[in-house]
Amino acid sequence: MENVGIFTAAARLVERDLKVIFRHVSEAFNPLVFFVVVATLFPLATSPDAALLRDMAPGVVWVAALLSSTLALDSLFKADMDDGTMEQLALSPQPLAWLLLAKIVTHWVVSGLPLVLIAPLVARGFFLPTEAILPMMAALALGTPTLSLIGAVGAALTAGVRRGGALLSLLVLPLSLPTMIFGARATDLAGLGEDPSGPLYLLAALLFLTLSLAPLAAAAAIRISLD
Amino acid sequence: MPLEYAPAHLESVLKRVCVRHAKGQVLQEQESIPRFSAHELELWRGDRCLFSNLAFAIGEGDCLHVTGPNGCGKTSLLRVLSGMSLAESGEVRWDGTRIERDRGTFNQAVFYVGHREGLKAHLSAVENLQFDLGIRRSYDQADIDAALERLAVTHCAKLPVRVLSAGQKRRVALARAVAARSRLWILDEPFTNLDVAGRDLISHLLDDHLSGGGLAVVAAHHDLPLRAGRRVPLEIS
Repeated sequence: MENVGIFTAAARLVERDLKVIFRHVSEAFNPLVFFVVVATLFPLATSPDAALLRDMAPGVVWVAALLSSTLALDSLFKADMDDGTMEQLALSPQPLAWLLLAKIVTHWVVSGLPLVLIAPLVARGFFLPTEAILPMMAALALGTPTLSLIGAVGAALTAGVRRGGALLSLLVLPLSLPTMIFGARATDLAGLGEDPSGPLYLLAALLFLTLSLAPLAAAAAIRISLD
Repeated sequence: MPLEYAPAHLESVLKRVCVRHAKGQVLQEQESIPRFSAHELELWRGDRCLFSNLAFAIGEGDCLHVTGPNGCGKTSLLRVLSGMSLAESGEVRWDGTRIERDRGTFNQAVFYVGHREGLKAHLSAVENLQFDLGIRRSYDQADIDAALERLAVTHCAKLPVRVLSAGQKRRVALARAVAARSRLWILDEPFTNLDVAGRDLISHLLDDHLSGGGLAVVAAHHDLPLRAGRRVPLEIS
């Protein structure tokens, strides 16, 4: 009887979560559809003027990304909590923080990565200049995992609460503001033809900060929720 | 035996437990550190004290049978013993080490089956077992097939768990405990939703587990007919 390493265990958790997600695939892409719909609402509610939309584009993309990532968070730990599989994860010989990180990564691949990939389409709809597209994708690629990681702490805290959706948003949105500000700023600068590397570095710093701390905080919160 | 690693009060705890539960084995028990033990456990829920001064010590082949009326704190006790909840005071020890000190070792040894089965509804029984075993140890498919066959659920092993009946789910959850080959089983009302044959099967499983040197903590209203091992009763009032 041989123990398994943490990488094998994480790979098996990712595999299981992807299987579960793709067994009811319609729910998996809700965040993506939400992102596109929210972004589409702005030109309808304001005006289809190209100059105005171009100015608004970075803000709209990031607000929509933030909202859709918050929307997706509710399902991150809740399902596992309800069916008791979280108990089994907490009682497995693997470090809980590590397993939760694997869950967060899977969650981002399904709910965050599609946003990064579809964002150019939305940006074109807002007449964002072509040279701003790549920095915007880079900012989203750095920012959306940060949002997932911050959100995971909130999701872990509210996992045991019966209707924690609103509470979750209240917890997570204020903490996500720096990510949103730097993300929108990077896109903004690129759109004006300036160097966006400053905000991008800050986004990367935020990503690594949350990458190292958020799983530990989430694991502690899950243990509280299970108690 | 390195008795000096044991806390100073262990001897008195042991004596008390042994006198209360297993007369005649006092001398034998005192010579070694018990495999699994609890000391001075006290647990509160809100402003109600569920139990205090709770202690026991069990070794290989012992089954701690937790009984008591509904709402007396059986499930809470089992969650404390599995390390999921923290007691207000007191400690739970595995091989003489507090379980929260070395969670990895303890979790490798323990398997908990609670009220919720802990099965993913969209995955089949086999897939659920593959995952649960996969994060614990290296395994091969034969282990899983054997466990499912033992619990007589081979015919529905490929179906998604959500279409199974409550009793079948329980059997799959228990098959996981069998396949995991853990030393200590913590079972919360394992007989719920099971038919007569199922209950008989669980008793047999427990017998095999105990006679193989395993330990068990079982919360059950029912009598626990054991043909092997030693039943250590613990009543919470």
